[in-house]
Amino acid sequence: MALNSILFYLFSSLAVVSALAVITVANPAYAVLALLVSMFSLAVLFIQLGAFFIAVVHILVYAGAILVLYLFVIMLIGFQSPKEKTKCPAIRRIFASLIALGLGSQFTLIFISHSHVVTDKKPALAGTIEAVGRILLTDYLLAFEATSILLLVGIIGAVVLARKEAVS
Amino acid sequence: MIETSHYLILSGILFAIGIAGILTRRNVLLILLSIELMLNAGNLSFIAFARDLNDLHGQVFAFFIMAVAACEVTVGLAITILLYRLKGNLDIQSIQEMKG
Repeated sequence: MALNSILFYLFSSLAVVSALAVITVANPAYAVLALLVSMFSLAVLFIQLGAFFIAVVHILVYAGAILVLYLFVIMLIGFQSPKEKTKCPAIRRIFASLIALGLGSQFTLIFISHSHVVTDKKPALAGTIEAVGRILLTDYLLAFEATSILLLVGIIGAVVLARKEAVS
Repeated sequence: MIETSHYLILSGILFAIGIAGILTRRNVLLILLSIELMLNAGNLSFIAFARDLNDLHGQVFAFFIMAVAACEVTVGLAITILLYRLKGNLDIQSIQEMKG
């Protein structure tokens, strides 16, 4: 087996296992750490697909910003209290797993039956900073600027929502 | 070279796991985490198709999804903190003010 396939199967199974850990462990802090493992294995797959810039940004944004934010909130609220006190009822859990199994098998069947979606061509695609940045700042300039406004609104919204109400 | 359909199947499985998480967890924080999982599954299929079609625009879309996810998490966590101040817990079942 080629090194590429070994890496793919290793990291895709790691991603699935840690994703399952995210939705099963009781302690939210461990769920965040499991998601971190999932993010890193997805970044490896992104590199395999030639998306170098996206892989680095993915690690920076998710591991460096979003998951740290989650950990901050968990520590702010307290490690123990956010733990789920009452488990979700068994009937609901069975129902949810049935829905997820149905959806997952449906996806799998569709993609297996359409497996002519194959690349025989060499991976000429290289998502370097230069290549992605050129598209980002020409074709998608308006969307890029709108994203910066969105981020600004997000920051202001978070500050306004989370600050303590001043005594009037 | 690994077939694109393999990546798409992985993305579908991760998406389904995210849905299972949203339906089974009762903690608001963990529901937000499951949404992150689903957004990442979407990102993976965008990037897989970018390689399949030999077109970088798919990667640019993944970039935008990441920016939107960062925003969503910031506001979502702020709302979570508000909820905790209001209720004293993060149980999704305790939010029933709008129940008819």
